[in-house]
Amino acid sequence: MKKILSVVLAGAMAASLASCGSSGSKPAATAAAGDTASSDGAAADAGSASGDLTWKIGAQGPLTGGAAVYGTAVINGAKIAIDEINEAGGINGYKVEYQTADDEHDQEKAINAYNSLKDWGMQILIGPTTSAPTIAVASEAVNDNMFLLTPSGSAVDCTATANAYRVCFSDPAQGAKSAQYIGEHKLATKVAILYDSSDVYSSGIYEAFVAEAANQGIEIVDTEQFTADSKTDFSTQLQKMQASGAELAFLPFYYTEAALVLTQANTMGFEPVFFGVDGMDGILDVENFDKSLAEGLMLLTPFAADADDEATVNFVTKYKEAFGDTPIQFAADAYDAAYIIKAAVEAANLTPDKSVDEIGTALEEQMKTVSYDGITGSGMTWNENGDVDKEPKAVVIKDGAYVSAE
Amino acid sequence: MYKKQLVRNDEVAKMMSFISYLLNGLSLGSVYAIIALGYTMVYGIAKMLNFAHGDILMVGGYTAFIAFNSLGLPIPVAILVSMVVCTLLGITIEKIAYKPLRQANSLSVLITAIGVSYLLQNLAQLIFSANPKSFSSFVPLKPVKLAGGQLTISGETIVTIVTCIIIVAGLVTFINKTKAGQAMLAVSEDKGAATLMGVDVNGTISLTFAIGSALAAIGGILLCSAYPTLTPTTGAMPGIKAFVAAVLGGIGSIPGAFVGGIILGVLENLAKAYISSKLSDAIVFSVLIIVLLVKPTGILGKKIMEKV
Amino acid sequence: MMDRVKAEKQKIFRSNMITFGIVIIAYIVVELMMQTGNISSLFKGLLVPLCTYSILAVSLNLVVGISGELSLGHAGFMCIGAFSSATWSMLMKSSGMPEGMRFFIAIVIGAVTAAFFGFLIGIPVLRLKGDYLAIVTLAFGEIIKNLVNALYFGVDANGPHFSLEDSMHLNMDGGTIIIKGAQGITGTPKNSNFTIGIILLLIVLFVVLNLINSRTGRAVMAIRDNRIAAESVGLNATKFKLLAFTISAAIAGIGGALYAHNLSSLQALPKNFGYNQSIMILVFVVMGGIGNIRGSVIAAVVLTLLPELLRGLSDYRMLIYAVVLIFMMLCTSAPSWIQYRDRIMMSFKLKSTDGKENK
Repeated sequence: MKKILSVVLAGAMAASLASCGSSGSKPAATAAAGDTASSDGAAADAGSASGDLTWKIGAQGPLTGGAAVYGTAVINGAKIAIDEINEAGGINGYKVEYQTADDEHDQEKAINAYNSLKDWGMQILIGPTTSAPTIAVASEAVNDNMFLLTPSGSAVDCTATANAYRVCFSDPAQGAKSAQYIGEHKLATKVAILYDSSDVYSSGIYEAFVAEAANQGIEIVDTEQFTADSKTDFSTQLQKMQASGAELAFLPFYYTEAALVLTQANTMGFEPVFFGVDGMDGILDVENFDKSLAEGLMLLTPFAADADDEATVNFVTKYKEAFGDTPIQFAADAYDAAYIIKAAVEAANLTPDKSVDEIGTALEEQMKTVSYDGITGSGMTWNENGDVDKEPKAVVIKDGAYVSAE
Repeated sequence: MYKKQLVRNDEVAKMMSFISYLLNGLSLGSVYAIIALGYTMVYGIAKMLNFAHGDILMVGGYTAFIAFNSLGLPIPVAILVSMVVCTLLGITIEKIAYKPLRQANSLSVLITAIGVSYLLQNLAQLIFSANPKSFSSFVPLKPVKLAGGQLTISGETIVTIVTCIIIVAGLVTFINKTKAGQAMLAVSEDKGAATLMGVDVNGTISLTFAIGSALAAIGGILLCSAYPTLTPTTGAMPGIKAFVAAVLGGIGSIPGAFVGGIILGVLENLAKAYISSKLSDAIVFSVLIIVLLVKPTGILGKKIMEKV
Repeated sequence: MMDRVKAEKQKIFRSNMITFGIVIIAYIVVELMMQTGNISSLFKGLLVPLCTYSILAVSLNLVVGISGELSLGHAGFMCIGAFSSATWSMLMKSSGMPEGMRFFIAIVIGAVTAAFFGFLIGIPVLRLKGDYLAIVTLAFGEIIKNLVNALYFGVDANGPHFSLEDSMHLNMDGGTIIIKGAQGITGTPKNSNFTIGIILLLIVLFVVLNLINSRTGRAVMAIRDNRIAAESVGLNATKFKLLAFTISAAIAGIGGALYAHNLSSLQALPKNFGYNQSIMILVFVVMGGIGNIRGSVIAAVVLTLLPELLRGLSDYRMLIYAVVLIFMMLCTSAPSWIQYRDRIMMSFKLKSTDGKENK
């Protein structure tokens, strides 16, 4: 009986696959009339040539599982920008279609997500959200010469391929800039570090910080770690940091954990200067979080949700309206990413009838000359490694709000 | 003389930090213990690893959060609401996903338990979004300062340990002194014989799930009170750790779950303090392997009779 | 008597041929689809993972189904295979060794290293039973993940350097860092492809199916069914269990090598090498039928495709996936459901025969 069922199931699966395959290859089939069907770029062209020409921009990130909060922010942030762009007449006069995919913060699923977007006819990718998937997808996408702009894939290797650019800082840049800031402003000489040793982002910043700290005359008195599997209880690590006599605690990880770390530090009366990185942004908007715990927390971040410039206010208001909560830096990066793509596409004077390959080549060239003022930094420019050049803002939390630290 | 004093001070400080690491361990361990109790009870009766237990815990946390923060109910009522919701959830899950498989291979029910775990996590994400929520502590006690402020014991630690002891004592009494408890014991020993003796096996199993889930609600509230970040995956890792604790203590044994939980928590914190905070997981799991190799049924587990 | 043995052997041979046949036909169909361009990128990208998970499911079924032990640490062996083989490929990347040769050796290294660890952990652990063995293997998998995340490994002119701290502690004199702790290995050559995946799957199937039907396999199954009886006729239970466990670990290592060379970035995340993955492989085995090798492959394929086919549901995807998982399990294993299902099937059959008679 089991056998029959498994056969039935396999049959059902095969049938659905066939239908999926055919739906996926529909553009290819129409393309076959005039062009070779093998190239996906050609497929996308023909698919859109049949109707009105539109841009097809995809975004991907973890939408389920433990990292879902970051992927959701990216996808929502880009959505706001694309809606605005469409209202204002699109990119170069063509409207934008937007599609998203879940990569579950896993390299293999990220490739699947990328491929599913490709089947949809994607021409430009905003994403992936997290580092490990970005590295995997970038090296896959380079074969199609698909241009990708990751809002938040910060590991060095994320932009190793020619087609990959990013909006956020790279991990080493953040680590080094943090150490420089602490050293130059004489915030402390004795520093303790707590980082997530199972996380690419966190350990990347940590290494660069330690390397730069030596040049800045910072003494690292204690280094503590936690892992994805034991991030409930930080009290022992905090106690050791306290015992080491540190004046400043460097916390290069995300606000989800930081909310817990600050609460526990407060309980035990550990009160050094807490110094965070861009992943810390969002801590003030954790529902029901006691903001007084974050009092005096410093962070280097390119984005502050309560900045009062027009662009930020506009974005934050729209985001709150649409999704109910305050955008974190991931959302802001993705919002900028959409506009950077718009700027680059318009500067290169591209139209949606170009193939993925042509768009990729043109944008890779264009990115080196683009300069963009966004909500995560002004005068952003890119080098040929795909890394952005922008200045982080140092902010300090006072009375439950960001204040410039200068 | 002065130097001697200094050395002594140093020793005192070392001792103090050791004690406070121990206390951190106790705090974490008591949370593990409460979760492990639910695991162990269900295992004892239904002989299944209920992988969804950690997620019921998460549901308990969210329910309490909604009841207290959004609806503004008083703390005891919020706890009660959370327990009721979890109990109903536990019974429903048992009826739909586990009961039909009672006669099937024991692995099948493990798989549905995993399915239920995915289901609850994703449902929670759809309802509450993936954004973390900061849980307000349900424990009104102020931290207790000892030894001139060198040692701090948080109110949560005290309440968790006390609750845990009360629950263990209560459960042991319940099982030994009441008819329903005896029925549980009978079902866990031999389902067939229990049926013949007129024990309502289905009812007993449902009761076990009800109690286990109510405990998960309490566990969830205490977990979130002590470590106040609530996300849809909050229950997953503590759930697995509690499962490990239950096995360490001897799965199926109620005092064993308590002992296992405490040992695991203390071990984890001492490993972080004195060996490496990076490798604490590896160290804890290595100790588990060694304990099981020396005592294959856990610290307080019963010896399995080998039948020919 | 001899006839019966012969008939039995023929039956097994036929069943094995069907299994190979299914795999080969699937390969030909997919290749044809690829040649004619009738294949979506998503499906094309899934081909190697499908082979990987089929291999892992077969590997675990050897332990769970044939040897009768519950292992929840197979992702650990996969992780060892992945990292050891990828390290080799990275070391040899610039050596000018032919790619095929290099990848072949990488697979062998993955298998051997995983087998070594399987053997090592198997000696003490296989004395445990049932859920205790399950928890110890789960612990083992978590230890591996934790250690790999802490491991730094680099090579310079002075030879290899290891550290569990960070890359500064490697004290490297130039050279290259290959494993960078949580940042893992990046830039692994993409050597895996569908053809190699299928060849590996066929080899694995050949080895496992032959093992099951050999003297050794029968001994392992005898020990599973009644250890005391088997020991009383002189079978060394520990030896046979260890053998099955080691072979299974080796196969998981092959799966890991295939996995590692399909992606350019290799990190030990909870998703790919954590207990979740081990459990997922177990789901393949249970769903496909414990002890049923062909079933494992089918279940691995079906359940790997399922979440991808559900992408259209966007937010509800994993929710539906969970529901389907529970539903499928109930359908295949719950006695009351099976009865109900049979009744429906029966009524269908009756109806169709009715229809024929009316004509």
